[in-house]
Amino acid sequence: MTAVLEARGLTRILPGPQPTTLVADVDARFEAASFTAISGPSGSGKSSLLYLLGLLDPPTAGNVLLDAASTSGLSSEARGRLRLEHFGFVFQFHFLLPELTALDNVMLPMRQLARLAPSSMRERARWLLASLDMEAEATKVPAALSGGQRQRVAIARALANDPRLVLADEPTGALDTKNGAAVFAIFRRLADEGRTVIVVTHDDQLARNAERAIHIVDGRVARQPTFQVSGPIGN
Amino acid sequence: MTPLPLSIAFAHLMARKRQTAVSIGGVMVGVAIFIGIGGMMNGFHSYFLSQLVDTNPHIVMSDEIRVAAPQPLTILHPEGAVEVRRVLPRDPVRGISGASAILETLNAMDGVAAAPSLLGQIILRRAGRDYAITGIGVDAPREERVTDIVHDMVAGSFAALATEPNGLVIGRQLADKMGVGVGDSVVATTTAAGQTSLKIVGIFHTGIDAEDQYWGIVPLARQQAMQNRPRVVNEIHIRLADISRSIPLAQAIERRWGFKSAPWEETYARVLDVFALQDKIIYLTTTSILVVAGFGIFSVISTIVMEKARDIAIMRSIGMPAPSVVAIFLVEGIVVGVTGMILGWFAGWGLGATLHLVPAPTGNAGDTLPVKLTPLLFSAAGAIALMSAIGAAWLPARKAARADPLTIIRGAA
Repeated sequence: MTAVLEARGLTRILPGPQPTTLVADVDARFEAASFTAISGPSGSGKSSLLYLLGLLDPPTAGNVLLDAASTSGLSSEARGRLRLEHFGFVFQFHFLLPELTALDNVMLPMRQLARLAPSSMRERARWLLASLDMEAEATKVPAALSGGQRQRVAIARALANDPRLVLADEPTGALDTKNGAAVFAIFRRLADEGRTVIVVTHDDQLARNAERAIHIVDGRVARQPTFQVSGPIGN
Repeated sequence: MTPLPLSIAFAHLMARKRQTAVSIGGVMVGVAIFIGIGGMMNGFHSYFLSQLVDTNPHIVMSDEIRVAAPQPLTILHPEGAVEVRRVLPRDPVRGISGASAILETLNAMDGVAAAPSLLGQIILRRAGRDYAITGIGVDAPREERVTDIVHDMVAGSFAALATEPNGLVIGRQLADKMGVGVGDSVVATTTAAGQTSLKIVGIFHTGIDAEDQYWGIVPLARQQAMQNRPRVVNEIHIRLADISRSIPLAQAIERRWGFKSAPWEETYARVLDVFALQDKIIYLTTTSILVVAGFGIFSVISTIVMEKARDIAIMRSIGMPAPSVVAIFLVEGIVVGVTGMILGWFAGWGLGATLHLVPAPTGNAGDTLPVKLTPLLFSAAGAIALMSAIGAAWLPARKAARADPLTIIRGAA
């Protein structure tokens, strides 16, 4: 089975008088309908790895293959186009546009892609919000929503263009346990629907929803391949 | 559906109604002042020119020559080493020769009126004082067609010169100095013919000192007699229906008859120079107001760009290209600029109309400040406002597009 996304020798070094290595020589494969958690202590480079995988940041060395096609050497606009079509991002901070309603925020990537008719965009945005139990909040601006609700709108926006990959960076970092668990359950569902879900988290409890964990220490993949082995609970 | 950058731009502006209104107000005031002050300058120039140009003939043909006639020998050998010494110049009768034929030709032209006159010094004597003035001998009915002086009469009549062979029309300042009025007689002395008694039949007031104090208008025949130059004319006054034709026509006249013909542009060249300088100063000043308004726009859009760093980052992360980000903020600047420009047009028109109600100290009751609003004024104000708005938006917009979204996303995490 070919990987949807594959990292080959991914390395990211921040240039400067004292170059900092954020990610060093990471190899990884991500298949369809999979849920991968990337864990590690803070400052280990797990977020940097996610940005490389999500084509947000070009690697210093190595390559990211999307559907076995190389993405190295692509212009920033071309990488933007790939992100728009194939990736959905969820960040710790919701990054919703405060002036727009939840519905308009969800429509943002669709309007950027401009593949659907305006009425279909609206319909799809409504459907996405409904699937996350947010139908009643569609016309509210982000300031009128709770933290958990905002994150759900952000997830709906990530799914706007029906991406095959959903990448999340500490999506539950700003949420309480109950809301955090709910968000992880959503990611679980997305993976079960056939998407490739990659979530960066430092919460091992939540990472249990994933069938695979990649543990990052000092920018490298640590020996322990799964949280079951590395986790402090040790069951 | 509205393009995405446009709806985001409008959302930004709508969320900051007060700041947006203040920057629109800045542009509006700039445009309004540009139009109002520019209109007043335009009006003043037109008024001043109409006072100057219409009081006097549009072209004055005189018996002067611009360059002394060259010696035939130098014409014959243009490249030769010719030098003529001890030239004894000809001494023809001064004046415009063949004046009546010239007048006939000119008057036959469409939109051209011409009248003969003879200028010469006259000394008026009254109560033991002498007043040296320029005597202008005119053919009153024809002269009325070439100057506006008829409209500047404050006492008596200009037409009386046609019926009173010893008539004299002088300016109000001279009349006041001499203490004379219509019907009084004054003694006129000339070097050529001695003393003559003239009767004042009219008093004018053009508002131009040189005319009000030093002009004395008499019938042409009387002047010819006083100067002892019978049938001589030394100036032909020409008036045009369309004053913009003055330069080519003056040149044609000069080429044809050889006498110096000065269009009004030449006569008032200095005034026109001063106007040009004044225009530059005024427009630089008013333009600077618009540039200041541009700083207002710059500040608002810079603030939005700073506040919106996160929004920009997320839009970049979902794949919005940099030009679209630039478009968002450029649109904001253009919206502020265009709205301010349109409001400024109305406000400028209102300002011009208000200025036009202000009484003007012209000496004539009921006169108000002359204001002339031209389409050029509106388009120039609009163009400068738009350029300053776009320039002011461009800098922060470029900064927004260049920002690395990852820095923001990392920082927020």
